[in-house]
Amino acid sequence: MRWIWIDRFIEFTPKQSATAVKNITLAEEHLHDLYPAFPIMPASLIIEGMAQTAGILVGEARNFKEKVILGKIGRAIFYQLVRPGQTLIYAARVEQLSDDGAAIFGTVSVLDPAVSEVQTPVAEIELVFSHIDKNLAGMQFPEHNFVFTEQFTQLLATYRSVGAIAL
Amino acid sequence: MALSRDEIYQKVKSVLVDALSVDDEDVKPNSTIRGDLGAESLDVLDIVFRLEKAFTTDPTRKFIIPRGDLVPDEKLMENPDYVQAGKLTPMGLAELKKKMPYSDFTTFDQNPGVDKLDSLFTVDTLVKYLESKLK
Repeated sequence: MRWIWIDRFIEFTPKQSATAVKNITLAEEHLHDLYPAFPIMPASLIIEGMAQTAGILVGEARNFKEKVILGKIGRAIFYQLVRPGQTLIYAARVEQLSDDGAAIFGTVSVLDPAVSEVQTPVAEIELVFSHIDKNLAGMQFPEHNFVFTEQFTQLLATYRSVGAIAL
Repeated sequence: MALSRDEIYQKVKSVLVDALSVDDEDVKPNSTIRGDLGAESLDVLDIVFRLEKAFTTDPTRKFIIPRGDLVPDEKLMENPDYVQAGKLTPMGLAELKKKMPYSDFTTFDQNPGVDKLDSLFTVDTLVKYLESKLK
């Protein structure tokens, strides 16, 4: 399994916002790990999906030259469970962006085609990303970018090929 | 119109409560950001972002806190002219006072240990800094 928690981007405005989607399928093993016979998408992985959406937005703002890591989840509020057959929509908005990192406000919603075409809120998540070479002073990190790797470049090519977006 | 000192203090307090998940009554003017309120290095980055947002009143003119303004670069402490045997030298102390003009050095002057540096970074330091920048 690859640690990829977003399927594609549907909107990307550099240095401002990004929206990505993920379809939830019953084939995903982690859905079955919390409650027997009641599969749900774990909240921690919803946060991870938001972090990946936002992390790519933050990375792109510096042409993927910085090592961008999720430094802090300031707040995460959840409103409903997410079930198989639904589509998660991650919307990340840049609140602050500097040489040191970025603050992101994320909203997660869900689309259930069986019930309605209207998105309903799932969560609000505040995230702080750090450009680690600029922070955690005194600590040395490898010169190569271990966040945006060659494998990530391939992933980026996939996202670009499946979405008409400015990524 | 410029904000009063109390208005700045109330905004700083609100930022610290949100960023550090501390209770309102835990935040006092002399509380140290790291020691008393428990901020870690990435919390400081979060606090800077939140302060910038809280004190931006005109979206076309964002309030920016330049890097190193609130917390001096740690490399300062790696300079052997400034730090010897875990204490700041008179030269180091003078340099630190230049870098942190909003901090109260009264107690630190008596025992300028590197391990006491956090005592210089208080809620009041933030308020004085912001008061000066927002004039």
